[in-house]
Amino acid sequence: MTMAPGRALQLDPIKSIKKAPEEEYYQSGHRTCQGCLSALPMRLMAKAAGPRTIVLGTTGCMYVANTTYMSTPWVVPWMHTQLGAAGSAALGTSAGLKALMRKGKIKDEPINVIAFCGDGGGADMGLAAISAALTDVEYNLLIFLYDNESYANTDIQTSGQTPWGAVTTFSPPGKKHRIMQRRWKKNVPGMLAAGHPDTKYIASGTPAIPVDMMDKVRAALSAGGPTYVHVLDPCPKGWHYDPEHSTELGKLAIETGIYPLYEIKEGVCNFTGTTRQIAQGRRERKPVREYLEKQGRFAHFKNQDFAYFQKKIDEMWEQWIIPGVIAFSYGGPINITSEKATVRNNNVERDNASWAGERPGHAHEELEGDGGLDREWRDDNMMGDPSSGN
Amino acid sequence: MTMQETEERGGRGTEKLMTGTQAVAQAVRLADVDVTAAYPIRPYDGVMQAVAKLIADGDLDAEYIVAEGEHSQFEICKHASAVGSRVFVGSSGVGWMYAMESLAVTPSLRLPVVAMIGNRALDDPGAFGVEHNDAMSVRDLGWQLNWVENAQECFDATLMAYRVAEDSRVSFPVGIGVDGAFITHSQTLIKIPDQEMVDEFLPPYDLGDRLLHPDNPISIAPQANEDWVMEIRKQTDDAAKRVKGVIQEAHDDFKRIFGRGGDNPFFEEYMTEDAEYVLFGMGSLSLPAKVMVRRLRDQGEKVGFVRLKWFRPFPTEEMVEVLTRFKAVGIVDRDYSYGSPKQGGVLFTDLRAALYDAEVRPRLVNFIGGLGGRELTPEMMDDMADTTKRAAAGEDVPTVRWIGVRE
Repeated sequence: MTMAPGRALQLDPIKSIKKAPEEEYYQSGHRTCQGCLSALPMRLMAKAAGPRTIVLGTTGCMYVANTTYMSTPWVVPWMHTQLGAAGSAALGTSAGLKALMRKGKIKDEPINVIAFCGDGGGADMGLAAISAALTDVEYNLLIFLYDNESYANTDIQTSGQTPWGAVTTFSPPGKKHRIMQRRWKKNVPGMLAAGHPDTKYIASGTPAIPVDMMDKVRAALSAGGPTYVHVLDPCPKGWHYDPEHSTELGKLAIETGIYPLYEIKEGVCNFTGTTRQIAQGRRERKPVREYLEKQGRFAHFKNQDFAYFQKKIDEMWEQWIIPGVIAFSYGGPINITSEKATVRNNNVERDNASWAGERPGHAHEELEGDGGLDREWRDDNMMGDPSSGN
Repeated sequence: MTMQETEERGGRGTEKLMTGTQAVAQAVRLADVDVTAAYPIRPYDGVMQAVAKLIADGDLDAEYIVAEGEHSQFEICKHASAVGSRVFVGSSGVGWMYAMESLAVTPSLRLPVVAMIGNRALDDPGAFGVEHNDAMSVRDLGWQLNWVENAQECFDATLMAYRVAEDSRVSFPVGIGVDGAFITHSQTLIKIPDQEMVDEFLPPYDLGDRLLHPDNPISIAPQANEDWVMEIRKQTDDAAKRVKGVIQEAHDDFKRIFGRGGDNPFFEEYMTEDAEYVLFGMGSLSLPAKVMVRRLRDQGEKVGFVRLKWFRPFPTEEMVEVLTRFKAVGIVDRDYSYGSPKQGGVLFTDLRAALYDAEVRPRLVNFIGGLGGRELTPEMMDDMADTTKRAAAGEDVPTVRWIGVRE
């Protein structure tokens, strides 16, 4: 049985901005704010993905301000999906294409499926659906989360991605409480990577560093299976700064270490760009105050608030098992009792077949040898024996 | 085609003892569904167990996704439908309500998702049993809803659902209301036709120029606001008005090919020829109602029963024609509508509205019963028939009465 519908489009890295494709698949027609760094990643993502792409967009800025009836900016096919449905929209679209290709109802070819969501839709409401999508390894899809650190479309409300202490319309500083947003920002790409070991590609990026971001989109689409890219998008309206500073703020987020750039490919994490230099000790982290002070949403901060913030960033770099990625340290020591070390690292060769449903246990595949069912399933109540491994 | 030929054709295929959910699964197999998504809740989930087994055995070639909640379950199928896949989905009770956001947008997107609703009481307090309020919650949104009486109708209604939903004049989702436990889990002998007959009845799913695909780069459901939403709603309303005609066509073909389906697609009349009063309802309550009718007929009562099959679209003209023949109609609601115009059930309220313009209106009395899966017995039907008879005779009876409730 052909598994070809699972083929992923192979896209080479762009490497430099001058080598980026000239064709635009996200054009004029949107009506986002001046200096919006959430519209830019849409353009870069579409450019990186190319014409054989279907884009699903959840409710949020990039729906409401972005895709207006009769003036859609999308050159590639685009469909709205519900606020918490990025994961399920991508799954359904990819599954639909796969079924139709396998059954010969449409042409068998690789088609990119990308579902974007904001931080509200993805990191809050839609987190469960994204998690589910990342476990369904039979489907090619990319979840692309544009993180502007608030529900910006509905007038800047606190989300699970809003930084500690930031002013939003749901967290205004007052006479009694200076800090109304007292939750530390969720570490979404790290959480997703830690919890979904079969996901072949998870990365963080920012449109302020466009080539890195586009190459991460390409790597995700080429990896096959469900993948996830998180991009940090400075938002002039929500972060209270002059639109001309958008790119500068995106870069400062990297340079201060508050937002590390990395990719986790086939189970191996590597920092990229400036973050890599910081991690390798070739560059000092800038004080986070330089980043925070340029944003009106932190204008109410006192010295103690900046100090608390810096302490949290220092912890992230000095105590996390992988700085900025895995949010805890290990109490150790590791005592592996088996004769053969099984800890995964760069030097362990792993037999990773292509994702495309060719590993044992996937649906629509003849099961053979050890991967096969070693006993009949009970028909009466469909209960399987856990020891059968299926 | 002669009647004999029709019967012979109708006999082609196999006969099997099946539950309602298994019967739906057989129709899903013969409809060659491409994508399905499951999430557990009783009593609908038997259908997903049956579909999963069909896929595991290679009898159905479909993508099968176990979702992490009903919202995702329905979103997955909605989006698979948009790229041209025939989909099957379903739920029950509060699970159906958890999917509500997706249920609301699917008819607006004009996507022909077919869902089985194993009707179940809405928690709280917890109850597994049947109530119709779950499915009825989408009655205003563009879902086409029918209710079935037994496993054979489960099978037949599922094929009809795909035929009607995917017709380009319709392009609406269809929900099949299957009474929890009484039909989902009750076995009856059903006829399953062969693939050739089903293929003759059900053409391939074709979205035409609304297909989401790189070769057809459209934008679906952008932000329209007050500029265009009314025009789009009006188009949806126009389509809703076309559904009845399409159902009639599909029914005629169904009857020609399979030799089943009754006189008309919208309702069933049971011993109503010279009836002076009838009971009226949907779903499995027809069984005790029919027992009641037979018993009272033996005693010389001029009583009958009318079972509504399609609740959306509501067959208003047909109801006016049929029900105005009687002096009184007792509507049995397996649902409630707190604070509604007469504090009665949903079906009763709708039927009152449907009959308002009739020249001669029968008296309408309403019974609320069988909630939370409580059995509606033939004796309760006797009681309801008696009240309806007294209403027909002009006696003063309560407009709405709850049946079988401890005081």
